[in-house]
Amino acid sequence: MAKLKYERPIINKINAGVTDKFGMTPGVPIIEKIDGVAVKELIKDYGSPVFVISEKTIRDTYKEAKLAFTTRYPKVQFAWSYKTNYLNSVCQVFHSEGSWAEVVSGFEYDKARENGISGNKIIFNGPHKSKEDLTKAIKNGSYIHIDHFDELYTIIELSQTMEERPKVAIRVNMDTGIYPRWDRFGFNYENGEAWNALKRIMISEKLDLVGLHTHIGTYIMTPDAYGVAAGKLASLAVELDRKYNHNIKYIDMGGGFASKNTLKGAYLPGKDTCPTFDQYADAIANALINSQINPQKMPTLFLETGRALIDDAGYILGSVLANKRLADGRRSMIIDLGVNMLFTSFWYEHEIYPAQNAGKIGEDTTIYGPLCMNIDVIRAAIKFPPMEKGEHIVLKRVGAYNVTQWMQFITLRPKVVMIDTEGKVHIIRENETNETITSLERVPKHLKLK
Amino acid sequence: MKINKNIAISESGFVFDAGTGDTFSLNETGREILTQLKEGKTEAEIKKNITDKYDVPPGIYEHNFHDFENILRKYNLLE
Repeated sequence: MAKLKYERPIINKINAGVTDKFGMTPGVPIIEKIDGVAVKELIKDYGSPVFVISEKTIRDTYKEAKLAFTTRYPKVQFAWSYKTNYLNSVCQVFHSEGSWAEVVSGFEYDKARENGISGNKIIFNGPHKSKEDLTKAIKNGSYIHIDHFDELYTIIELSQTMEERPKVAIRVNMDTGIYPRWDRFGFNYENGEAWNALKRIMISEKLDLVGLHTHIGTYIMTPDAYGVAAGKLASLAVELDRKYNHNIKYIDMGGGFASKNTLKGAYLPGKDTCPTFDQYADAIANALINSQINPQKMPTLFLETGRALIDDAGYILGSVLANKRLADGRRSMIIDLGVNMLFTSFWYEHEIYPAQNAGKIGEDTTIYGPLCMNIDVIRAAIKFPPMEKGEHIVLKRVGAYNVTQWMQFITLRPKVVMIDTEGKVHIIRENETNETITSLERVPKHLKLK
Repeated sequence: MKINKNIAISESGFVFDAGTGDTFSLNETGREILTQLKEGKTEAEIKKNITDKYDVPPGIYEHNFHDFENILRKYNLLE
């Protein structure tokens, strides 16, 4: 007779009076497959850990966001936020859906160009654009979003010697009723700095003022804040029309839409509390349509949302390295992926699932990464079913920021694969090797071992 | 290893410690081990019973058993 599936023994103390008002779900959900491809096979073929990107999820999410805005506002243009995930394959999926590129450095600018994006479909943001970057952007007809007066004066200086007229917008920071206020970027609305910058551009006669930009923050849970911001940008647009008879081509509302991840310290899961694209779209479109902007000259609405478009499409798969007891009896589990490759675990309570049948009863567990560093904690406290060494786990919603902010610390970065819409798996970034790292090093002759 | 005499274990894995009033829940393997300990079986007998019934290498079972024993001790369920 075949033996029964084993599960290691567990005993949990029941704490009366600390009841869970949400009740217990029967069993522990598992993720065995991603877009029809078995997790076990992905790890067998591409190693553990491995990042997995679902092309289908990117396209579905993009279409959902686009529908939310285009059904509420006549002219909408998305620009893919490179810093959120600039793997070329990911960028190309967004570009093939119609997204422009939104970049924040010379490196990202060149990446967008190498991805085949023409200069006039690149939005160039950020506080640091070198003179060379600005020259390139002006030549290519890119939209330069000015962050500060020093940058504005550099552009004016360049415009004196260049044939091409710089196409510029200013980034505006403002009070939208939320905290924190990101006043370190752009020109302030309330103290009149933004209007001063606009006047300076208008009288320069060498610059084409094409738009107004804001980016009010990140992981914004209050759609109304976008409504306030859109209203303030609209009032600047109206003032430009009144004073200079100048109509801007676009209003760029930036990004910052929340993804469905759960922030540390949040009482309820993000998937239950985060606003939908429809709610953000409602707030922004209503503010613009109800503004005093001439209806015949409505600007295009630009959106640079990153996190909310890519987070759900990313997974990271890993394996259990060991189980051990902490001194106070708590269970801990060590997995083979740490905070070095999962930067977002510093601010999210990432969802973690077993990739194979697991027991019905979970145990309070701390999940550690493999680094020899005390801060390498993936989940400080999670009810997790028993798992044995070598078994696999899946972390959801890791598509944003991890493959751009990951650190090469102690170990090497893993492969990234993409599952296409047909269920075929492609390597989109190779894993690093020792050579990847050491090839950049130089050892002075006198330090070389004889 | 012996468990306290005033421990009651239900068939569904609910444990009641009449001495302290504490209650616990067990998974199936935990219930079987604790029940057999209550019946006075030795560690070796329990190991044979579990490894005969379940698909588990003896080394892994042993590791898990000692981990389980530590938790039982932490909860003051052992004599």
